Amino acid sequence: MTGVKRTRRGVVVSFDEVEASLLRHLVGEVRDLLADGEPLPSPAGGTGGVPSDAELSALTGLGTDLGRDLGGETESPTVPSDPALARLLPDAYRDDDEAAGEFRRLTESSLRRDKVNAAERLLAALPGDGAGEVRLDPETTESWLSTINDVRLALGTRLEVTEEMAEPDPEDPDAPAYVVYLWLTELQGVLIEVADD
Amino acid sequence: MMATGTEAGTATDTRPDTEQGTEVRAALPWVTLVWNDPINLMSYVTHVFQKLFGYDREKATKLMLDVHRRGRAVVSTGSREQMEHDVARLHAYGLWATLQQQ
Repeated sequence: MTGVKRTRRGVVVSFDEVEASLLRHLVGEVRDLLADGEPLPSPAGGTGGVPSDAELSALTGLGTDLGRDLGGETESPTVPSDPALARLLPDAYRDDDEAAGEFRRLTESSLRRDKVNAAERLLAALPGDGAGEVRLDPETTESWLSTINDVRLALGTRLEVTEEMAEPDPEDPDAPAYVVYLWLTELQGVLIEVADD
Repeated sequence: MMATGTEAGTATDTRPDTEQGTEVRAALPWVTLVWNDPINLMSYVTHVFQKLFGYDREKATKLMLDVHRRGRAVVSTGSREQMEHDVARLHAYGLWATLQQQ
């Protein structure tokens, strides 16, 4: 498990090579989803025992074959058709489509941009090649919490998780992705615990 | 919400204090609601309520448990513009929030 500890100079998160690679991949995919298909540079090729991007996409199901929000931007936009994106960018009004559309028209692009920027900051802070430690000041910890939560929202929506979900059936094709989801949940839980300490 | 091992269920089962008179209600007829979902951690929701609204841990925990048990809770009250601002901030944190007239 990824180590998280509080020091006098902030929260320190230590990753092994596979964890850092996995988090980079997942955050990159959610960033791509939110950036609405803008092309992004591929990370430098992994080596050794680290899974490739293609392998990780197959694992998590958050890859590029997923639905994008294809709506135009001339009218008030509606909630994205992709359930994961819809969860990240929910309607602000429950029973008023017109107000929801107007709110979305005014705020969705900045919400996307803020989430993309937070994801970029996390990616930039991850250890460059393999294992390593990352030191987080309080503001960065908040930013990481929201980005890791965005990944959990996207992945959890894909997996249709419930509050009562237990350990996955090993025969379930979603089991590996669910294990990744549980790892993110644990990482987020520990980060909150340390942040609130 | 999803529980973590660290969350203690300490809140009582009463509604939040509402001391507004009818005049205040007329002037501040909007509320921000947060809805329960199966992904957000209970500890995260409590953390966000403290960060965004400056609530102490006890109040934030109570609101979180309201969301968890009742399916939703009013987390702030004010003008429509203020509530739109609160909803936008909650969406930035990934909480499922809406606003509506009281």
